[in-house]
Amino acid sequence: MTYREAMRAALREALADERVFLMGEDVGRYGGAFAVSHGLLEEFGPEKVRDTPLSESAFVGAGIGAALGGMRPIVEVMTINFSLLALDQIVNNAATIRYMSGGQLSVPLVVRMASGGGRQLAAQHSHSLEVWYAHIPGIRALAPATVADARWMLPAALEERDPVFLFEHATLYPLEGEVDESAGPADLDRAAVRRAGTDVTIAAWSASLWRALEAAEPLAAEGVEAEVVDLRTLRPLDLDTVLESVAKTHRLVVVDESWRSFGIAAELSARVMEEGFDLLDWPVQRVCSAEVPMPYAKHLEDAALPSAERIVATVRELVR
Amino acid sequence: MSGPAATATRVEREHALELLRQMMLIRRFEEKAAELYQLGKIRGFLHLYIGEEAVGVGAMQAFGPDDAIVATYRDHGHALARGLPAGALMAEMYGKANGCSRGRGGSMHFFDASRRFYGGYAIVGGGLPIAVGLALADRLAGRERVTACFFGEGAAAEGEFHECLNLAALWRLPVLFLCENNLYAMGTALERWEAQPDIRIHAQSYAIPAEAVDGMDVLAVEQAVRGASAVVRGGAPYFLELRTYRFRAHSMADPELYRTKEEVGRWKERDPIALFEAGLRSAGFLDDADLSAIEEGVAAEIDEAVAFAEAGSWEPVDDLLRDVTTPAP
Repeated sequence: MTYREAMRAALREALADERVFLMGEDVGRYGGAFAVSHGLLEEFGPEKVRDTPLSESAFVGAGIGAALGGMRPIVEVMTINFSLLALDQIVNNAATIRYMSGGQLSVPLVVRMASGGGRQLAAQHSHSLEVWYAHIPGIRALAPATVADARWMLPAALEERDPVFLFEHATLYPLEGEVDESAGPADLDRAAVRRAGTDVTIAAWSASLWRALEAAEPLAAEGVEAEVVDLRTLRPLDLDTVLESVAKTHRLVVVDESWRSFGIAAELSARVMEEGFDLLDWPVQRVCSAEVPMPYAKHLEDAALPSAERIVATVRELVR
Repeated sequence: MSGPAATATRVEREHALELLRQMMLIRRFEEKAAELYQLGKIRGFLHLYIGEEAVGVGAMQAFGPDDAIVATYRDHGHALARGLPAGALMAEMYGKANGCSRGRGGSMHFFDASRRFYGGYAIVGGGLPIAVGLALADRLAGRERVTACFFGEGAAAEGEFHECLNLAALWRLPVLFLCENNLYAMGTALERWEAQPDIRIHAQSYAIPAEAVDGMDVLAVEQAVRGASAVVRGGAPYFLELRTYRFRAHSMADPELYRTKEEVGRWKERDPIALFEAGLRSAGFLDDADLSAIEEGVAAEIDEAVAFAEAGSWEPVDDLLRDVTTPAP
């Protein structure tokens, strides 16, 4: 099963609930900009699978209102760059209504969007802006990196009573993987160790997980066993799993496709410093995207994104 | 007089006096709030509805307990007319835990889930998508309800206004757009920022029926909103522009440099409370004793509200993080 098919299976299962509906740009007749919702309109009809105008603020806000009205909306925004047009509704409404109402109301809304670079789509379709959402109290930010998480994070998200954001890396949709069809909703509170190791911890999330796992192979050939931690949930961040790993390895590299400045890697680094300073033998290292708007040309884009080669080189410096 | 006609008249009189009472409650409540603001009991922003009472009171008559209300940061009038207790509102402005939003929202963010009062929104236009979504939920659940969405004419400059009118029309959602046109977007007059100052035309361009109503006439507002609500209950959006005027400054911080005293004075001649009072007197529905009784009742309600706020406790600082997210059931 591919990541795309896993997400579609999760949507199909979710839509069986009478409170759940899917809305967004081209989710219906087009079948989803990334073909995730292909076939669902035919199966569930236009009330449950709703094509929207290109009005991100209105349909994300309508998702908030429908959630207040007792539904469990799943809103798809085509890409994370487009989601900026809905930031007012997300930051000022979705994240605040519970608190601002003194706990009277909840907003059980799921928003999905594609994110990330690597497809030569240049500076308005390739950014990794998850940290903007992870910054906001009141919402949960998820980054499924594996096919199993693509399958099982959505049902867990729908069990939440507050807004949940699912960031699907656009390069992962064709990814093949195993899914345990009986696994059930994912644990949204825990990071996952995807490769055990003893010499260095590489913490990564979303597509960068695969870069980290790729980097672990040549390192192993050199006698350096990397432990690779998939953060999975960006907010709230599971620091304990990272600290448990660092307690073994005493070295941490964070791989983060967003820009280095003020990013997720910066946050994780700061927390490890605050709560695990004594565990560290070396300063935490970060492998992030270059601080540029994403370029179109392939060689430049490749140079801008974190790569297995850069991770390997960074780890080599730590374990010399 | 006896018989059905007399019964109708008695009902009309009772209803009319209730409208007057509600408008006076809002007026006196806000006068008290302004006084308490000067005393430092209330801080933050305080946006008074004085002058616009006929809009909130007239409109709210058309809605039942299953209907939903979405308001703006100038929400005292909407909340009182919806039946939120004055004490809970006053306590909210004090920042007390017995406030309608536990002191987390303040003047601009009154909420009452039990009355389907879905809040005051302080980003202009920000409540419209919420209202559209509430209406969408009703549509999907097959419920015949109205979602009433109040906003100022300044919202017509926001993209969300246009996005939401289009979406509501496209999906035939049961939302009633209530545009309170008080002629100023904070301090900028309508004709200074709007290329098409006839707001109805914007709604009509999205194929939504739209009418303008004299927002200083509480009965005209009630009649128009009842009519519009009937259409909305049938499953389609409707748009009313309620032409009104804010007698006080935009907020307590506003020196009102942008309009003249003469202009304000001309509008005060159409004070919705005074107009209605005069109408009731000439119809023989109101005399001095009736008015005194209403004034006394309102004064007592406000005294109680202030006492409720004064007696309230502050939420413990240990609860600062409570309700950022919803606890697991």
